[in-house]
Amino acid sequence: MREALLDVRGLSVVFPTLDGDVRAVSDLSYTLHRGETLGIVGESGSGKSVSSLALMGLLNRDQARIDGEALLSGRDLLSLPPGEMRDIRGKDIAMIFQDPFACLHPMHRVGDQIAEAVTAHKKASNSEANKRAVELLQAVGIPNAKDRARDYPHQFSGGMRQRAMIAMALVHNPSVLIADEPTTALDVTVQAQILELIERVKREFDIGVILITHDLGVIAETAETVLVMYAGREMEFGPADELFRAPQNPYTWGLLGSMPTIEHRLEKLVAIEGSPPSLVHMPSGCAFHPRCPYSFAPCTTELPELRQMTGGHLDRCHLPEQSKRQIWAAIVAERLGVAG
Amino acid sequence: MRVSNEAIIELEHVTKHFPVSQGVFSRGRSRVHAVEDVTLTVHKGETLGIVGESGCGKSTTARLMLRLLDPTAGTIRFEGRDISKLSNRQLRPLRREMQMIFQDPYASLNPRKTVEQIVGQPFAVHKVVGSREAKLRVKELLDVVGLSREHASRYPHEFSGGQRQRIGIARALALNPKLIVCDEPVSALDVSVQAQILNLLRSLQEEFNLTYVFISHDLSVMRQICTRIAVMYLGRVVELADSERIFEHPRHPYTAVLISAVPRLSADGRKRQRIVVGGDVPSPIDPPSGCVFHPRCPRSRAGHCDSVEPHLEPTPGESSHIAACHYPLEHWPTDVTELRTGAARAVSHTE
Repeated sequence: MREALLDVRGLSVVFPTLDGDVRAVSDLSYTLHRGETLGIVGESGSGKSVSSLALMGLLNRDQARIDGEALLSGRDLLSLPPGEMRDIRGKDIAMIFQDPFACLHPMHRVGDQIAEAVTAHKKASNSEANKRAVELLQAVGIPNAKDRARDYPHQFSGGMRQRAMIAMALVHNPSVLIADEPTTALDVTVQAQILELIERVKREFDIGVILITHDLGVIAETAETVLVMYAGREMEFGPADELFRAPQNPYTWGLLGSMPTIEHRLEKLVAIEGSPPSLVHMPSGCAFHPRCPYSFAPCTTELPELRQMTGGHLDRCHLPEQSKRQIWAAIVAERLGVAG
Repeated sequence: MRVSNEAIIELEHVTKHFPVSQGVFSRGRSRVHAVEDVTLTVHKGETLGIVGESGCGKSTTARLMLRLLDPTAGTIRFEGRDISKLSNRQLRPLRREMQMIFQDPYASLNPRKTVEQIVGQPFAVHKVVGSREAKLRVKELLDVVGLSREHASRYPHEFSGGQRQRIGIARALALNPKLIVCDEPVSALDVSVQAQILNLLRSLQEEFNLTYVFISHDLSVMRQICTRIAVMYLGRVVELADSERIFEHPRHPYTAVLISAVPRLSADGRKRQRIVVGGDVPSPIDPPSGCVFHPRCPRSRAGHCDSVEPHLEPTPGESSHIAACHYPLEHWPTDVTELRTGAARAVSHTE
């Protein structure tokens, strides 16, 4: 068993509003290991980003109620005072975001911004910090790193900015890197470059990566472990090959079915009817039941537990395992043209 | 789907340049070469996809088709009639025939108008029916796009992204257009909702015999909806063929790179061979010499690709499949290995 880096236990995030409580994340638990890429997938409002912002201590405690614990090398990120969290954030756990342009200060040179990240957690002279910045820009594949470090963000392309953000995240060799939709704003050829870079960085720096995305294709290509979220809860969790070979949750089936494939033209895309629920007026029982074509009596009243499946992964659904296997095998597999 | 050979839109050697000012003291003006010598025909009943990365000119091309932009050079014809120099006023009756669906369903609906006003707006603008009949038609249109009639009195903020996109579609359908340009209509939507909208667009096409021009950067979506696909790069069409041929027998290395870059689910869990090209799309202000793709191309040859611009040539034995490449791919996907080594070479070259 590989070393566990981050242990999230029962994480809940609630935003109280005048209309009622917005339950963004409910009772989320997972473990991230060294050298592992954990893919968190879900639609907008599924809580995938909010859960990570909570780990990073980036949610305003006056506006959000956060429960549970998140252990990073023995320390609970969720109960640390802001000062101590500041020492950890960017040093032991770092995050990159969807829009790299919004994350870089437009009026400072890229190299200087990375150098600033160096001095934030370490005593270093300017020249040492700058040297480290250039080194990292080189490591993330910026050509002529020494010259480009003197550029301003607007002189970088989208892909290069994301590379610069990754460089900045790596400054202090964090053990966990959270990438929140890192390629969503990028073109597909550049997306391929960045995904390869994240994979390489993970190997070379020997870290754990949490990759948040709405794109199951990205997950299938990069993640070893997958967490499927819906309306703030984990619906399915397990090793990627297991989860894609024999998905157990009707929501996962829906996601897979509605994904347009490049392999062939489908007669009809199997859309999930309706739209994700309001987090204020959450449906009773299983939050997915109003959209689930397989829902039956208990689904409307009882929240299903996460259950261990024979394949080794966890699933939150009332359907008996036997019938789920049959459904997936018979209907879904045939429709998707996925063998076995 | 009834695809005829009759053209609805023809672009002939259409070019669009945008001037860019380069500060107070600069002399002369440089231009963004947004669309460069594009010749393209949209047939009645088809879905022509235009695919490419940001800045490739796909949206500009579509806006030129609708004459929302004036071409710098070239001819645009709608149903055989030259519309490239028509004034706005002369264009007005034609606007009924061509409509557009936009990417962002949040930005493209007026937040202060009800659904009824939004969907009914085209009737008011073109004065085709009276207000009482317009109200009835709006209700019918809401049915058609899968919204309920009670929605008519609500405001856009009360709807989800997918529902808003349905409102946009209803508005586009209002005047029974012949052509609808869909500019990234599903990119802002969640996958589960994306599929609903794609299915809706497909069935509406059958029902109303519509012609679509479908712009997207997402090849998987393209494969589901397009009959023919034009691949654009830096303002040029680099390949054009039936959808099936684009995916099964791509000729242009750029098309191959695009297809291979799409992340996908592999049923057996094996790692796929991905061609990763280095660098970014060059600036359209100062496009590369020769073939515009040559600095990133895994197959480019010095002394030829960097100096001679390739023209769109038909594929032997498949004249409707055209590609602009000096060294087009002959096999697919068997060329993947070759392309990967070539790409690695190109990367080390650019870095």
